[in-house]
Amino acid sequence: MMVLVNMDNRSSKSAISTLYESICGFLRMCLFRVLAFGSIPEHIAFIMDGNRRFSRSRNLNGGVSHRVGFLALVSILQHCYELGVKYVTVYAFSIDNFNRSADEVESIMDLMQEKIEKLLKEESIVNKYGIKINFFGNLNLLNEPVRRAAERAMVVTAGNTRAVLSICVAYTCTDEIVHAVQESCHKKWARFQEEKPNGLDNDDDMIECFGKNGLEESEITVVDLERNMYTAECPDPDILVRTSGETRLSNFLLWQTTCCQLLSPSALWPEISLRHLVWMILEYQRVRPYLEKKKRL
Amino acid sequence: MLTLQPNYFPLPSLQNFKCIPSISFSRRKSHRTKPRNFSSPPTPRISASSAAETSVEEKRSVDGGDTLPEGLSREAMPRHVAVIMDGNARWARAQGLPPAAGHEAGVRSLKQMVKLSCMWEIKVLTVFAFSSQNWFRPKAEVDFLISLFESVLRADIENFVRENIRLCVIGDSSKLPKSLQMLINEAEEMTKNNTRLDLMVAVSYSGRDDIVQACQKIAYKVKDGLLEPGDITELLIEQELETNAVDFPFPDLLIRTSGELRVSNFLLWQLAYTELFFTGSLWPDFGEAEYVQALQSYQDRQRRFGLRDGAA
Repeated sequence: MMVLVNMDNRSSKSAISTLYESICGFLRMCLFRVLAFGSIPEHIAFIMDGNRRFSRSRNLNGGVSHRVGFLALVSILQHCYELGVKYVTVYAFSIDNFNRSADEVESIMDLMQEKIEKLLKEESIVNKYGIKINFFGNLNLLNEPVRRAAERAMVVTAGNTRAVLSICVAYTCTDEIVHAVQESCHKKWARFQEEKPNGLDNDDDMIECFGKNGLEESEITVVDLERNMYTAECPDPDILVRTSGETRLSNFLLWQTTCCQLLSPSALWPEISLRHLVWMILEYQRVRPYLEKKKRL
Repeated sequence: MLTLQPNYFPLPSLQNFKCIPSISFSRRKSHRTKPRNFSSPPTPRISASSAAETSVEEKRSVDGGDTLPEGLSREAMPRHVAVIMDGNARWARAQGLPPAAGHEAGVRSLKQMVKLSCMWEIKVLTVFAFSSQNWFRPKAEVDFLISLFESVLRADIENFVRENIRLCVIGDSSKLPKSLQMLINEAEEMTKNNTRLDLMVAVSYSGRDDIVQACQKIAYKVKDGLLEPGDITELLIEQELETNAVDFPFPDLLIRTSGELRVSNFLLWQLAYTELFFTGSLWPDFGEAEYVQALQSYQDRQRRFGLRDGAA
């Protein structure tokens, strides 16, 4: 009898919980429909700052801080994709972060591997929203299990088209630009380096390699650089959000955030919620007409 | 001592300058680092002129030593401050004046900032005077701005020499009138040995173009067989950026006035670890009080450069 009562209690709690989630989901959709009367940004980038401060403020174990941050990430991703934001980019791990203690770096790498594998599971948000996952950064700096997990995630989700999640790991923008220059040089001059291993002696060599427009076509241009950036397939962010109130870019998307709206809510990353996202969208909608006019000047 | 006399410098003719159509939008709130509910009130507007000069004199310590305002620490002063001087036209509109008056008021604010930076021993001051995108503004406004820059520079060369300020102009100067290009070269040559303050003025400047030209120079070395692609490093690119002309090329603090929350293609690479300070004050209203506020905000921050607290 006691067992039946307990089972009834659990199933009624589960039913209430499901009903509550359904109501919240319905209200959220109504809110998003209202927001959609204005412009919805195509691409939002996040610097997920404040995990450790959150844990310290709540006397949580240090290892828990990034797990709590991951929960916040999944929640905000869900809201972004429901709202119609197609591209979300997050700054998960900077090249500078490798200078932290070995224990912390290792625990973050382990967490990353665990969460990447979890994202690929059937019931995860990735499959629910048809998300393509990108990993941007110098992946050679990652340990092999994490790198393989990241590469597998990119392969498995390559066919998804509804939304894009770009995770910047082992990343800095200055390193990205160096990589873009290297790739541009490789691609542009691989051919003539075989023919002219000592370099080009004169303009005739240039024309011989590149045709009659050789002088112009041999130059590395902004198009070459952008084509070889990690972020080449994504549009520039419309909004860049850094949580915890810090106002600096920390070498994140420097090139791509030329005319991007920068927001720095004081909330720590694990505290980020729907109301912060609504505020971000409203701020974006407020300045967008002015930004569009400025772009035309 | 650099003195400001509003009628000392002759101003260009305003006959051909027409008013820019007003752009209506709400005032932005400034962003600060201390925890808050998303917004903080705009800083109060103070006229940037003689009142500020007087307050500078009053705040000097009795023994005539440290000239820093109260609340600022000498050890935590930024070495390089960069400024996006935004809001001249809006200021003029609010005053019921033509936009040209806003730009002239902006020049006065700039001169005061240069003076304060010298006094407070900031090593480098970089100002965003004219972006590559600004060329697409109405011709009358562009012509006015270029002529204003030329007239102010012509009149101020002697001051730079006297005040031991080194002038460096970055940006694509090929689009500037020949007379201005020659004047810039002359000013840079006359002040190249000055050491008190490096004043970098970005004219016809784009952060992306700066990066591209640096990458191109590196790429030419690869093409000429002097360098392998795999040997390209961040340091090599940094050495080719236009800001490499000064000892401290990367700003510690970037200030943008008028409440806009963007970097607008200014510096970019150099802003990787720069603390950003956005204020609702319009540039002509940005005076000593606002500058102190920005510096205090900078000094309150904890710069970690990717490390943990206390490890940076």
